[in-house]
Amino acid sequence: MFNILHVAAHSIFIITLALLLSLLFNGLERKLIARMQARIGPPIIQPFLDIKKLFIKENIVPANSIKWLFNAMPLVALASALLLFLYMPFAGMPPLLQAHGDLILVLYLFIIPPLALAIGAFASASPYASIGAQREIVLMMSYEFVLSVVVIAFAWLLSFSHAGAYAFSFDTLTAYPIWNLVDGIGKLGVALLLVSALAVFPAKVAKLPADISEAKTEIAEGVLVEYSGRNLALLLMAQAVQALAFASLIVALFFPWNISAFLALPSIFALIADFIFFLVKTFAIMFASLILVSAATARLKVDQAARIYIYYVFLLALFGLAFIGLDRLLVM
Amino acid sequence: MGLDALKRSLWVFHINTGSCNGCDIEIIAALTPRYDAERFGVKLVGSPRHADVLLVTGPVTRKMKERLIRAYEQMPEPKIVVVVGNCGSTGGVFYESYNLEGPIDKIIPVDIYVPGCPPRPEAIIHGLAKAWEKLEGMKKCKQQNL
Ligand code: SF4
Repeated sequence: MFNILHVAAHSIFIITLALLLSLLFNGLERKLIARMQARIGPPIIQPFLDIKKLFIKENIVPANSIKWLFNAMPLVALASALLLFLYMPFAGMPPLLQAHGDLILVLYLFIIPPLALAIGAFASASPYASIGAQREIVLMMSYEFVLSVVVIAFAWLLSFSHAGAYAFSFDTLTAYPIWNLVDGIGKLGVALLLVSALAVFPAKVAKLPADISEAKTEIAEGVLVEYSGRNLALLLMAQAVQALAFASLIVALFFPWNISAFLALPSIFALIADFIFFLVKTFAIMFASLILVSAATARLKVDQAARIYIYYVFLLALFGLAFIGLDRLLVM
Repeated sequence: MGLDALKRSLWVFHINTGSCNGCDIEIIAALTPRYDAERFGVKLVGSPRHADVLLVTGPVTRKMKERLIRAYEQMPEPKIVVVVGNCGSTGGVFYESYNLEGPIDKIIPVDIYVPGCPPRPEAIIHGLAKAWEKLEGMKKCKQQNL
């Protein structure tokens, strides 16, 4: 009984923290993009103001939509995005529910928010929304390939080097950072995997150059077109949370180190140091693959984006896999 | 949480009801680095469902009347209508033209008029500031049960 209460309290803490952090990162992102365009930009707390405002607005449900589906999907999107943090290493701590889920579960959970968004859009009966939803699905099918190659590469490598360990658990991934398992050409392979995972980032969270599903000037915000008020707030939060979640997945896969291991700090300071180090890592990932990229690019067409992911990024990931394989051959 | 939640976060939907495009360009100019309306939380959105402010330009041609009403009705409450430009406020250079249904306040309730042909971007931002003031006023009325 006590254990259940403890887990519940802990997960509420993690979820609140994740929500606050992701909105903060979202504000930081808007500010930095504005600075890069020589603007002053909104205050960093702008996402909080926007969400607060959306909650007092009227919540319109279109007359010929499927109402329960339309209303349920924003909740599903936000809940599954937040759930991710219970199964992933977050803020330098091991995942809370790691006995119950692994990397594969996390990958599945990542699919739910975009899917929920697409279903909600189809349910709204707006032609703009269904165009957006179709684009969302096309894009999803093209980048999921890449992610699966990345995950397979990790599991394959771990199953060779540490045959006893369970290759898909975050425990194993944290205990044996992938860069230490390979050398020379294998490191190049891992770097290619990292680049291809970063290339997926904008599409995953619908930011430029891959904000095709909600192209504002083209299909009137696409999947979001009919959402207003509370539902829109939930969806915007889900998107922000997803961005933080994907950044922390990349951190967990490629940069699982904790700074306290190097510094030998007393326990409470070690927690704080790890937390700050985690923030720095996730922010660096977001900066490199989201903020810089979306400030510098324009929107792609959906067929261009699909082609880029299916051909080029996928090929890049395959090369990464091949290099890692070559490295194993050389070692053996 | 009252209406003042809108204060630093006004999302704007822009609709052109047959203007000469002069005012529309000035609205875009208000978002450029020189004026940067986003620093006040003003954002141009692509769907009336997301908007707090309907920014209307143009004198309302016959074809646009229905669409204007529809866009207005699609916006969630609380909402504010800001007219940008002389031709939307009075007919301006198109006054008494044969194919007009406007000006805009004949068709939907207007809260703020920004005069000028076209008005400067500063004037448009000033109009949005007036919109906040109006919302503040609504809040006070509510508190005093007026
Ligand atoms: S007010 Fe003047 S500049 Fe603006 S749309 Fe009308 S005619 Fe054009």
